[in-house]
Amino acid sequence: MAKDNDTKFEAALKDLAGTGPGKRQMPGPGVQTEAVDAHPSVDALKATFGDAVLRHEQHAGDEHVVFVDPERLREIMAWLKDEPAQHYDLLKDVTCVDYGGGRPIQVVYELWSIEHRRQLRVKVELPVDALDVESVTPLWATANWHEREAYDMFGVQFRNHPDLRRILMPENYEEGYPLRKDFPLRGRFSRAEQTRRALALDLEDYYLPEELEVKEQKGGTTPEPGAERALPETAGQPGGARSVPGSEAQAGEGE
Amino acid sequence: MGLEGRRDLPVLGSGKDGSASFLTTKLDFIVNWSRRNSLWPMPFGTACCAIEMMASYASRFDMARFGMERMAFSPRQSDVLICAGRLPYKMAPIIRRIWDQMPQPKWAVSMGACASSGGVFDAYSMVQGIDTIIPVDVYVPGCPPRPEALIYGLLMIHEKIKGETWFGEEGKLLRAEDPARVGQAQLPAETIEQVAVPFGNSTNQNRGSGMSGVRALEHPRNRRP
Repeated sequence: MAKDNDTKFEAALKDLAGTGPGKRQMPGPGVQTEAVDAHPSVDALKATFGDAVLRHEQHAGDEHVVFVDPERLREIMAWLKDEPAQHYDLLKDVTCVDYGGGRPIQVVYELWSIEHRRQLRVKVELPVDALDVESVTPLWATANWHEREAYDMFGVQFRNHPDLRRILMPENYEEGYPLRKDFPLRGRFSRAEQTRRALALDLEDYYLPEELEVKEQKGGTTPEPGAERALPETAGQPGGARSVPGSEAQAGEGE
Repeated sequence: MGLEGRRDLPVLGSGKDGSASFLTTKLDFIVNWSRRNSLWPMPFGTACCAIEMMASYASRFDMARFGMERMAFSPRQSDVLICAGRLPYKMAPIIRRIWDQMPQPKWAVSMGACASSGGVFDAYSMVQGIDTIIPVDVYVPGCPPRPEALIYGLLMIHEKIKGETWFGEEGKLLRAEDPARVGQAQLPAETIEQVAVPFGNSTNQNRGSGMSGVRALEHPRNRRP
């Protein structure tokens, strides 16, 4: 009886993971077929860029979604931002959607034109084995952290991003990209290994106060991960900034 | 006089059989009394439990009644670490360092289901109970616990302190930690594995409550008699 329950249970688990016999297809994006309303920006986009505008959809009333060619994304976004008739000066969000089952991952850009009070959602579809797209950080500075988050959670590589590092997960995280559909809920490593790796993280590795201060003063960028750090040497105690105060105190008290 | 009944105890030092003397027991009483009535908590609020913790300090529940006048936002000036909320792996080295920086004797309260066991967050990013990272004295259940529950938990710390002896073993301070274990996990790797399977640490509570295992959740008849 218990054995039977166990096998049934395992089968159900496999089924949920999409590897069992009753393989379930995750719900995904359907291609909209019914007619959509006219949107001034989409019409202008189609007139200007022609084939680079792949699809135009309308959701939830008046949410207009336009799918564009990833290769020409940067060009299209620059046009949407700078063209006086469009002037989408506010990038509200950059995010990603993975529908699973090997379907393309969508990168979503939410645009808002303050001047024209107009909303437009631009999407690009990227195949899971070639996840890279041009960064829009040079256009909207706010895209910097949004794109870092999309990189952290989905592994989308943004070309020409000034500082593409993980933003939510720890720097030494090597289990992959957690919000992908093929990522196991509990991570790829065992709990013990996850704990060991978490505690092995050097808290001084990134975002040292001195580092941020130097960056501000010199107008430089944060160093690349793994790059040699040039920290200001405190007078009288070279490298004093990197000593761990806690360990010293603890060692002193234990005597 | 109260001394009458204690004639058998030596006045100074320990007895020949290692038993406590009159002086040490009275000194313990005074030290423990002063300690437990001036506990300074180090708040480590990471989530919604921290809201209840703040309510516990505010005027209606007023934790200052128990000598916890002041939240010590420096670990070096605090006695009790209150972890209020779930702990992601990214915060694990931080709470461990704060614990290492606190002077002994020190106590830890794990407030809420997530801090105690991972709670509903049996996910890639969440520590399955802070007792895998630091030693915990009192677990306060609840999601989040009411301020009364947190106060009750801290009174349990008071009870613990009442039973402690200032004169510990030879050459050892009370609740001293091994300096070699700074920055290390509290539990060995096998135990961390054990508490976290198969459905996260929170399901282990069912074992304590009389269910024979996680399989028992499938049907009530599988419940242990």
